[in-house]
Amino acid sequence: MSNVAPTATGTARTGSHEVILEMRAITKEFPGVKALSDVDMTVRRGEIHAICGENGAGKSTLMKVLSGVHPHGSYRGEILWNGAPAQFSSIRDSEQAGIVIIHQELALIPELSIAENIFLGNEQTRRGAIDWVQTQAKAAQLLERVGLSEDPMTKVKDIGVGKQQLVEIAKALSKDVQLLILDEPTAALNESDSQHLLQIMDGLRSHGVTCIMISHKLNEIEQISDAITIIRDGRSIETLRVKEDGVDENRIIRGMVGRDLESRFPDHTPTIGEVFFEVKHWNVQHPVRADRLVANDASFFVRRGEIVGFAGLMGAGRTELMRSIFGRSYGTLLGGTIVKDGKELHLKHVRDAIDAGLAYVTEDRKTLGLNLLDDIKRTTVSAKLSRITHGLVVDETEEYRIAEQYRQELRTKTPNVEEGVAKLSGGNQQKVVLAKWLFTEPDLLILDEPTRGIDVGAKFEIYGIIQRLAAQGKGVIVVSSELPELLGLADRIYTIAEGRITGCLDKAQADQESLMRLMTKNTTRTQANAVS
Amino acid sequence: MNIVRKIFGGDIRQLGMVAALVILIAYFQIKTGGLTLDPNNVNNIIQGNAYILVLAIGMVLVIIAGHIDLSVGSISAFVGIVVAIAIRDWSLPWPVGILLGLGLGALVGVWQGFWVARVGIPAFIVTLAGMLFFRGANQYVGKSNTVPVPEGFQVIGSGSLPEVGPNTGYNNLTVLLGILGCAAIVYGALRSRARLTKIGAQVEEAWAMWTRLALVCLVILGAMFLIASGRKGFPVSGLILVVLVLVYGFIASKTVLGRHIYAVGGNRHAAELSGVKSRQINFFVMANMAVLASLAGMMFVARSTASGPFDGVGWELDAIAAVFIGGAAVTGGVGTVVGSIVGGLVMAVLNNGLQLEGVGADATQMIKGLVLLIAVAFDVYNKSQGKPSILGLFQRNRDRNRRLAEAESGTVDTQNPAQSSVTSTSSTLGSDS
Repeated sequence: MSNVAPTATGTARTGSHEVILEMRAITKEFPGVKALSDVDMTVRRGEIHAICGENGAGKSTLMKVLSGVHPHGSYRGEILWNGAPAQFSSIRDSEQAGIVIIHQELALIPELSIAENIFLGNEQTRRGAIDWVQTQAKAAQLLERVGLSEDPMTKVKDIGVGKQQLVEIAKALSKDVQLLILDEPTAALNESDSQHLLQIMDGLRSHGVTCIMISHKLNEIEQISDAITIIRDGRSIETLRVKEDGVDENRIIRGMVGRDLESRFPDHTPTIGEVFFEVKHWNVQHPVRADRLVANDASFFVRRGEIVGFAGLMGAGRTELMRSIFGRSYGTLLGGTIVKDGKELHLKHVRDAIDAGLAYVTEDRKTLGLNLLDDIKRTTVSAKLSRITHGLVVDETEEYRIAEQYRQELRTKTPNVEEGVAKLSGGNQQKVVLAKWLFTEPDLLILDEPTRGIDVGAKFEIYGIIQRLAAQGKGVIVVSSELPELLGLADRIYTIAEGRITGCLDKAQADQESLMRLMTKNTTRTQANAVS
Repeated sequence: MNIVRKIFGGDIRQLGMVAALVILIAYFQIKTGGLTLDPNNVNNIIQGNAYILVLAIGMVLVIIAGHIDLSVGSISAFVGIVVAIAIRDWSLPWPVGILLGLGLGALVGVWQGFWVARVGIPAFIVTLAGMLFFRGANQYVGKSNTVPVPEGFQVIGSGSLPEVGPNTGYNNLTVLLGILGCAAIVYGALRSRARLTKIGAQVEEAWAMWTRLALVCLVILGAMFLIASGRKGFPVSGLILVVLVLVYGFIASKTVLGRHIYAVGGNRHAAELSGVKSRQINFFVMANMAVLASLAGMMFVARSTASGPFDGVGWELDAIAAVFIGGAAVTGGVGTVVGSIVGGLVMAVLNNGLQLEGVGADATQMIKGLVLLIAVAFDVYNKSQGKPSILGLFQRNRDRNRRLAEAESGTVDTQNPAQSSVTSTSSTLGSDS
């Protein structure tokens, strides 16, 4: 790979449409899943190129292929970098060629200074020792380029997320970057920080740095990018030129969701009763960042026998809202009330929530939902041991009987209930988790991404279970990133953006485009101040 | 191998340890010309290690919950000196002295539990501080002197079951204890089998159960007859140990408390989201450890007839070694009371055998160190079940990076649970998505 072509020589954006990067027919498979199939993408030198798609469409995977996180040979297809085939086998390779990726989770070390972070792995040395004078001087120059007026010796933990993002960019610039990849750069930023970041990106563009940007914020994409490639279900759908094609948000949404409902749903006629669960004016603070509200004056209700969907993009605050309701297991509650069956509840602990008839199935089975060292039977009874104890002693015979009963009822595929949960497939693990929460006999079951990482067959079964529960008169909340799933399953759908509930649609009114519009609705933004 | 597994259950790790114990005993028995299984020597092994094994019982709960306790030796010494002085200077009856000691242990436990569970300081730090503090407290209270304890008190350290009934040539109570023990084991096994059959659960084949029961009873009766044939009966300290093993074994495997300890150690976040109050669990394991440490301290004082300023030095390490040899995982969530006892016995027999052979303390230490290393290495090698162990700690980061790499395609790690289960205990704080 030829990694010459210094930074500043890039042609300005108005010049000839010189292609800097071409990805051809990229196909990437993980065991059992095709994450990318035949993805094409062409990026011109000096442009800001946005990649759009739903959660899980394959955007990040594509960028990982490009940056060598998924090394050459682990995918099929071809990458042309500056016209020559490139075979990156690690991030180091791609960085040497001038491609730098900034991940959504920032890779800075909080206890080190800005300058140290910038030159981490690329330390400025003199005769084997760190040259602090040069380190600081160069860092200061780089900080100026990204418009950050901080002392380079400030520790990274002492500056906000917005500034940390700029430090990441400065770090990228220190490596003579030609192509900068930003994964959700503004997801964690507030309005003014986001605008500043977009300005910096605009400035980089005028200096010939090419940017690829993954973002869910369509207004920002519309505002700043030159081209948009849309990815859906691991395929590249189209590349739009913003100026030439006159692209607006609606056009992007159409591209992102334009598909038929492919997952099937069991037949179900809802029998919906009266409102029995209500959350009013719910405000929750982020556990670490005191300036962020993960739930902002959220109010919603659930009727008996109703399946209520919650739609929102990543980071919108769906999980945080549910967990804060479930015994304050996330964030700090600032205010709000929960009313169930006409009575106000004060759920200070998960135990209280379980005893009040709430159940919450976590989105992340492995880190939050299961003790992977345990077996099926012990997991099944673990959320309500009191149902099978005599005094303090667990009745193991009863435990076995109950686990066996749920195994048959939910048709969990396992040789016996003494099998370790770690050995089960995703779908069967999810059934065990469901059994665990059904055993608590909840009135309201909250399911967070109930079918994530589960194959189609098991999905269908889990949909059936959810519908059966609703038919029994329980309220069910389904949080999902898959819009077709919500549309197929829910009787009513709330949308969340930035901790606020931005809308509520009945099944009849809802479609993917209307939901996507509400999900990307920027509640704090005034559309006025667009850059350039 | 399959037959062995059917008889003893599938846990290779524990089976390996038991086998190692048997081989060790056989080896030293031959090597020392029969000295190892001499009744007096067996008594000696039990009395000389009972207090460490008592510590191991508490320690395994601490380690299952994901903590560590370095302060146990110092707490033992501190409680020992206070009790010895109280009996001497205040002329307390010795049973009251024991109660005082247990009460003091509980107070110490509340203190350490407060810092670990309430304030949230890692147990390593809290108990390192405790190790220093209570060592100093022992020497401050006792003015660095040795304080003797009365004969009555010494029963819990060096006493034995008395001779009663007709002269049979054996210690009758010891034999009776063995027979009762076997009866209880057989009864328990049959009862649980009957209940499982009633609800239609799968039960093991009858021959496997009976072979196991026969072997276990043979070992128990053999040991008891062996001890009973000696000059003294079964040691009182051994009896205390047996009772504690039964009680704590029961707590760990059959009670809500035990379930919650495993749950907190296995995956704290999942446990909390299932309604487990992890603070209470952490408080309990730390406080309980201190109480058992005070008991162990008193048992040691009783055996050595006096409390001194250097009692309990290094005990915490012996107890921790026993627990890890006994199959516990460094990351928590895995371990058994019985396993830790077996681990402790391996160390004890090794110590004793090498001593009988006249191997110096220097070489003995080196050998013990290697045994610990090899035992855990064996554990790591056998990690086929995906139980986290020391290696898991190091792999965690690598696996996390890999998971990040595959994050968008989300489904990947769920396709291969065995592979990614190593990361199960990694404590990613509440997801941000």
